[in-house]
Amino acid sequence: MNEPYGWWLPINISANGAPIDQLITTLHWFMVLLFIGWGIFFLYCLFRFRARPGHQADASPKHFRLPTYLEVGVALFEVFLLVFISYPIWSKVKNDMPSDEEAMVVRVTAEQFAWNIHYAGKDGIFGQTSPDLISPEDNNPIGLDRENDPNAKDDIISINVMHFPVNKKVKVYLSSKDVIHSFGIPVMRVKQDAIPGTVIPVWFEANKTGTFEIMCAQLCGVGHTRMRGEIHVDTEEEFQKWLQDEAQYLDEYSDAGQREDDSDV
Amino acid sequence: MSSHHEEGFIRKYIFSTDHKVIGIQYGLGAMFFLLMGFGLMLMMRWQIAFPGKSIPFIGKLLTQDGILSPELYNQFGAMHGTIMVFLGVVPMAVGAFGNYLLPLQVGAQDMAFPKLNMASFWVFFVGGLVMLYSFLLPGGAAQSGWTSYPPLSNIAPAGQTAWLIGMVFLITSSLLGSVNIIVTAVQLRVPGLSFFRLPFLVWAQLVTSFLLLLAFPPLEAAGVLQLMDRVFGTSFFMPSGLVVSGQALEVSGGGNPLLWQHLFWFLAHPEVYVLILPALGIVAEIVATNTRKPLYGYNTAVYAIIFLGFMSFIVWAHHMFMTGMGTGMSAFFQATTMIISIPSVIVLTVLLLTLWGASIRFTVPMLFALAFLPMFAIGGLTGLPLGLTASDIYLHDTYYVIGHFHYVVAPGTLMALMGGVYHWYPKITGRMFNKTLGKLHFWGTFIGMNGIFAPMFFIGMAGVSRRLYDATIYEMARSVQPLNVIMTYSSWLLAAAQVLFLINIFASLRKPKEAAADNPWEATTLEWAAPTPPLPHQNFPEPLEAYRGPYEYNTTSREFAPQHLQEA
Repeated sequence: MNEPYGWWLPINISANGAPIDQLITTLHWFMVLLFIGWGIFFLYCLFRFRARPGHQADASPKHFRLPTYLEVGVALFEVFLLVFISYPIWSKVKNDMPSDEEAMVVRVTAEQFAWNIHYAGKDGIFGQTSPDLISPEDNNPIGLDRENDPNAKDDIISINVMHFPVNKKVKVYLSSKDVIHSFGIPVMRVKQDAIPGTVIPVWFEANKTGTFEIMCAQLCGVGHTRMRGEIHVDTEEEFQKWLQDEAQYLDEYSDAGQREDDSDV
Repeated sequence: MSSHHEEGFIRKYIFSTDHKVIGIQYGLGAMFFLLMGFGLMLMMRWQIAFPGKSIPFIGKLLTQDGILSPELYNQFGAMHGTIMVFLGVVPMAVGAFGNYLLPLQVGAQDMAFPKLNMASFWVFFVGGLVMLYSFLLPGGAAQSGWTSYPPLSNIAPAGQTAWLIGMVFLITSSLLGSVNIIVTAVQLRVPGLSFFRLPFLVWAQLVTSFLLLLAFPPLEAAGVLQLMDRVFGTSFFMPSGLVVSGQALEVSGGGNPLLWQHLFWFLAHPEVYVLILPALGIVAEIVATNTRKPLYGYNTAVYAIIFLGFMSFIVWAHHMFMTGMGTGMSAFFQATTMIISIPSVIVLTVLLLTLWGASIRFTVPMLFALAFLPMFAIGGLTGLPLGLTASDIYLHDTYYVIGHFHYVVAPGTLMALMGGVYHWYPKITGRMFNKTLGKLHFWGTFIGMNGIFAPMFFIGMAGVSRRLYDATIYEMARSVQPLNVIMTYSSWLLAAAQVLFLINIFASLRKPKEAAADNPWEATTLEWAAPTPPLPHQNFPEPLEAYRGPYEYNTTSREFAPQHLQEA
C-alpha cells in the first residue's frame, strides 16, 4: 500500500502491530469464506425449494451431520485463535511492560479536550504534580510544582504533540484530569482508556519516522472530535534536538515569566 | 367463561387491562419512538456526511444557521441510542409482540396479571414522557452517550438527571412486564401444551423475560446511585482530585468510574440478547409457516437459547477491554465471548437447515425473515474480531463496532419485527395489507440498511473513532469520507421505505374486514385458532386444548395440523 490511509487498515508503524494486523486479516478471510459458503447454501435452498405447483415440502425428519462437524471445526478454530494468538498478543502488548529503565518514560494526562504530554526533562525525574496547582492561565495544565520541587524545573510539557524516537520502547503512564478519554493511535495499533483516578501504563515502539494522529476513542464531551493529537516519530538526533529546543525555550520562558511577574507588581 | 359488561371508551382503549389493547398501545408507542430515534439519526448523518452545512428543510428549526451544533450532536447521539434500545426495540419486541401474542400462543384468556400489565405500559409511558421532556431542559437532553459513563455524565447538564429518572421508570416497566410474561408462559398454558410444544417465540420471550428480570435491577440500582451522585453530592462514581476546565470539582471523591461500567454492562450485555431473542422467535414462526415444515432441531434451538441466556450474564466485561484489564480477566471474558457465539450459531443453523426440503412461500413477512438470516450472520461474524482482545485493541470504539451491533439490531432485529408486523397484521386487524407496497418496503429497507451499515466496517477498519462530530479534521478519516455520503443517501432511502410501511399498515385499516384473515397463512399455532380480532378479555370463544407440537406442517396426511386439532 502506497497511500498511508485507505479503506482498510492504515499504515502500521508499530513493532507490535504486525501480529494484530495479521489476526485481523486472517479473521476477515475466515469470516468472508464462512459467509460465502453459507450464502451459497442459503441461496441454493431458496431457489431449489421455492413453492411451485407440484412441489411439496418434505417434512420427514432428517439429521444433517455436516453442520455439526462445521460447528465443531469453527469452535476449534476459535479456541486456536484464543489460546495461540489473542492471549499471547494481549499478554505482550498490555502486560509485559518494559521496565522504566529500558524505555523512554512519558506521562500523558488527558483533559477536555487535549493531551498533555509530560517529559521528565534532563534530570530524568518527573516533578511532583498536584491537582490544586492546575491552572490553565499560568500555563500549568497538569499542576506541576515548579516552585518547590527541583525535579520539576526542567520538566517539559507539550500539548497535543508527542515527540519520541524511532526504534525505542516508549512507556506512557496514562491518566486523566476530568472524564474518561481513550488514547488511540491507530497507526501504532495502540488504544487505552485514560481513567481519572487511575494511572495505566501503555507501551509501544515505532519502526518508522513521520507525523501521525492521536484520536480520542471515548466520548469525552462536546469537543470529543477536536481532541486530536499528533505523534512525531523522530530519529534519535531529531528527538535530542527537539528536547534541547524545548529545554532552551523553557529557560527563556521562565525568565520571561519572571520578568513579567515583576513588572506586574 | 368470563361474562363482561360493555366497557366505556377509556376503559376499553386507554386504561385497558386487555393484553391485546396493551400490546397495540406498546406497538404504537414504540413505533413513534423508533421513528423519532431514526429522525435524530437522519440529522446526525447529515452532519457526518456534510460537516458544517445546514440541514435542509428543518435545520433552521434547530439552530440559527441550521447547522447541527456539537452539543445537539451529542444529545441526539445519546438519545438515539437510548430511544432505540429502551423506548423502541424493547417495547416493540417484548411489550408489543410479547403482550399481544404470548397469551394467544399459550391459549390463555389474558396475561396472568392484567392490572400489572396495564401498570407496566403506563410506567413506560411516563418514562417516555420524561425522556422527551429532557430535550426542553436548559442544556438539553442527556449527552454522554446511551452508556452514560461517569464522570462525564455526572458533570453533564440537567438532561442527564431526567435521563436517569426516565430510566428508572423504563426499567420498572420492564420488570413488571417480564414477571407477567414468565408467569403467563409457565402457568397459563392450556392443557396439553407442554413446554416442548410451545411455539419458539414463547420460549424466546420466556428467556428474554428472565434476562430482563435478573439483569435490569443492577442497572436500576446504578441509575439511582448516579442520581445520588448528581443530586445529593455522593461520589459513588467520582474519584478524588478531578479538575474540569481548570476548576477543581467539589466532590468528596473516593469513588470509581469503572464501577458504573460494570453495573451498566451487567445489564446492557444481556440487553443485547433481549433485543435479539424475540426477533429470533418471530423469525422462527415466520420461517416454519412459510417453509411448510417443522423447524429443524426445535429442541436443540430451545436448549441453545436457554444456554445463551445463562452465558449472557458472564460476558459483560468484553465491552471494557480497554479499561486497563489484566491478562487473567481479559482471558476469561474473551473465552466466554467465544463460547456464547456457539448457541447463536446453532439457532441460525436451525433456521437455515429448516429451508432444506421446504416449499418456500415468498410472502412479505417471509422476505423479512429470510433477509434477517444473512444480516444476523454478518452481525454475529463481525463480533469475532471485537471479542478477541488482540484485534479489539485496534477496533474498539471505532465505526466497526457500530457496524457490528447495528447489523444485529437494525437489519437484524428491526427487519424481524417488521416481518412480524406483516405476519400478524391480519390476525390483529382482520385485514390483509397491500402486498406490492409490502415488497417495495422490504427492498427499500433491505438496500437502505445495508447501504448505511456495510460501509461502517470500512470506516472502522480505517481506524475512525465513533461519536465524532466532524471526523474530517483527521487526515486518516478523509479517505473514507465518501462512504459517509453514500450512507447518508442510503438513510434517505430507508426513510422513504418506512413511509410506504406506514401508509400500508394504516391505509389497509380502511379496507373491509375479510373472513380469510382468520388464518391467511395456514399456520398451526394457537393464536390462529382465535377469532379475528381475538375476543376482548377472553381471546377464544371456547377453552382450547393442545394435541401436538407447534409446527406440524406436512408431517401427517394433512398439509398442516393446527395445535388444537384433536384428530390426527
